[in-house]
Amino acid sequence: MKFSLLLSISKSLLLARWSQTLVAAIGVTFSIAMFITLLSFMTGLNDLLDGLILNRTPHVRLYNEIQASKVQPIDYYAKYKNHYNFVSSVKPKNERLEIYNNAAIINTLKKDSRVLGIAPKITAQVFYNVGAIDLTGVINGIDVEAENKLFFFSNYVTAGNYIDLKNTPNSIILGKGAAEKMLTNIGDVIQVTTTKGERMQLKVVGYFQSGLQDLDKVQSYASIKTTQKLLGESNSYITDIQVKLNDINIAPATAIEYKNLFNVESIDIKTANSQFETGSFVRSLISYAVGITLLIVAGFGIYNILNMMIYDKMDSIAILKATGFSGRDVNIIFIVIALSIGIFGGTLGLIFGFGFSALIDQIPFNTASLPTIKTYPINYNPKFYIIGAVFSLITTYMAGYFPSRKASKIDPVIIIRGK
Amino acid sequence: MSKLIIETKNISKFFHDPMTMQVLKDINMNVTQGEFVSVIGRSGCGKSTLLYILSTMDTDYDGELFIDGVSMKKRKESELALIRNEKIGFVFQFHYLLNEFNVLKNVMLPGLKLGKYSNKEVEARAYEKLKILGIENEALKMPNQLSGGQKQRVAIARSLINDPLIIMGDEPTGNLDKKNGDIVFNIFQELSSVYNQALLIVTHDNEFASKTNRIIEMEDGKII
Ligand SMILES: Nc1ncnc2c1ncn2[C@@H]1O[C@H](COP(=O)(O)OP(=O)(O)OP(=O)(O)O)[C@@H](O)[C@H]1O
Ligand SMILES: [Mg+2]
Repeated sequence: MKFSLLLSISKSLLLARWSQTLVAAIGVTFSIAMFITLLSFMTGLNDLLDGLILNRTPHVRLYNEIQASKVQPIDYYAKYKNHYNFVSSVKPKNERLEIYNNAAIINTLKKDSRVLGIAPKITAQVFYNVGAIDLTGVINGIDVEAENKLFFFSNYVTAGNYIDLKNTPNSIILGKGAAEKMLTNIGDVIQVTTTKGERMQLKVVGYFQSGLQDLDKVQSYASIKTTQKLLGESNSYITDIQVKLNDINIAPATAIEYKNLFNVESIDIKTANSQFETGSFVRSLISYAVGITLLIVAGFGIYNILNMMIYDKMDSIAILKATGFSGRDVNIIFIVIALSIGIFGGTLGLIFGFGFSALIDQIPFNTASLPTIKTYPINYNPKFYIIGAVFSLITTYMAGYFPSRKASKIDPVIIIRGK
Repeated sequence: MSKLIIETKNISKFFHDPMTMQVLKDINMNVTQGEFVSVIGRSGCGKSTLLYILSTMDTDYDGELFIDGVSMKKRKESELALIRNEKIGFVFQFHYLLNEFNVLKNVMLPGLKLGKYSNKEVEARAYEKLKILGIENEALKMPNQLSGGQKQRVAIARSLINDPLIIMGDEPTGNLDKKNGDIVFNIFQELSSVYNQALLIVTHDNEFASKTNRIIEMEDGKII
């Protein structure tokens, strides 16, 4: 009952100066709306750019690398154990890229509870034969379904149906850039040569566009079977095992574990793409900094208006105190005014922020490198709205705190005597 | 002998800015229930200063003040606010109404703050007080739609809303013409005689003072 009285006094003071308070509230609205829009857009963009790499990159990749042995025969010789041994011109021996015993590895991985999914892969160096010219290329032999499930393969197949790759024997999905160079159409048959000189005819069933143009000029996809046939390898031949984990954050540790467990090379997504994380982080940081700066500026607006209001309500404050309202009551009255500006302006800000985001979400954004994106990306994370709401309350409270305290300390005698 | 409402013991007051000077010197006075007392004295002799101390708004003094038999020393600001709210009605020279509220709400506010009666009852009481002052027809006007004399009567109605022990006024007629001043004085007279209301009014008007029960005359911070 007593609080409702203070509330009604706040309301009257507020409405008596409604145009000024409206300006203050608009300040808050503007800053919250900008904050929401900026963060939604920036984060949307971040997600998009991250997705460009992260969606398509295995969390852990197991492979073999042709490299010279780190241990040379002389290292085993006891007599020279305590010597420095210099061996020059060490060459790798004729080793295969195949992951040995990959069926067993895949079985073990499938049982690992941390693993979301596995997609085996073969990378094969080839030449695309175009008339008299050979273009270098890479054919990725993939398990079409697993690849689609884990790495959204179909999203990047811009022409043709991705599943044809599995259903049509000896088929290929060409990188868009490679297809343009070769002037092929879907349904055409192209010829490729492997590094060992084997030739094979492949039917084009689609185009692939990753968004990274250099990649699209070189890469193509075929099924694992087709690739094995192309390379003349057995049906157990696999060069890469791509692992997607449930939690991307454990990728580095898991990669090391698998490397030691299976005695293969491994690389994790974080090590391979650390620059992306830094980029995302900096972009988010900038958005938060700008958003919070806007809010603080709005806070100063509220502070100013409250100060002005208190200055011109001196007489009223003196009268309230003379007739029995305590300093605390006066304090509450002005804090309520500040918070109402915050709540009103903040709520409008959230609504406008959502509106602006939705508007940006409608703006067409067509770029050759991002085939799946049609409009500007927006992230509608409720987190931003919660932060915006909380922050608008905190800033308005802070902005109201000092003026309210000043008001509560006004000595009525000085005001009354002053007349 | 009737009850002492206000009693002071050796109240002294110093101002230190720009230089230390004693404005009140060992004031001993009292007001009993139902008494209509006026305070007169030359300008600058300390009348207003005394009134602010008696009304508990000024707490920076030496000596002791008893209101309704209770010492006001070392009270918290919020306790004093409550005492002002409940026991003292104050009327200023300038009417000091809140321009954001209509006449009725202005009168009601101290009553609502006290919270002794429901909103409806406070409203009924406010009308009652406005009727005593003959301005019940102005209840729904805003203060800036009233004449100076009417505003002062609203201020008096407001001071009455919680049935205070005493009404204090610092030159409440000082800003009014003769006619309006007389109206206000007659109201005070009526409150005193009909409602047995205690009043302590500072005035410059000797004619006004001579019609009250008792005159306290001050000179240089002392009662003579
Ligand atoms: N805040 C202050 N600081 C210093 N001196 C003050 C202050 N307020 C009042 N005085 C001095 O105290 C003395 C008494 O002032 P007060 O207002 O009580 O006089 P008064 O009797 O009410 O005069 P008037 O009839 O003109 O209203 C005056 O000399 C005044 O100059
Ligand atoms: Mg005075």
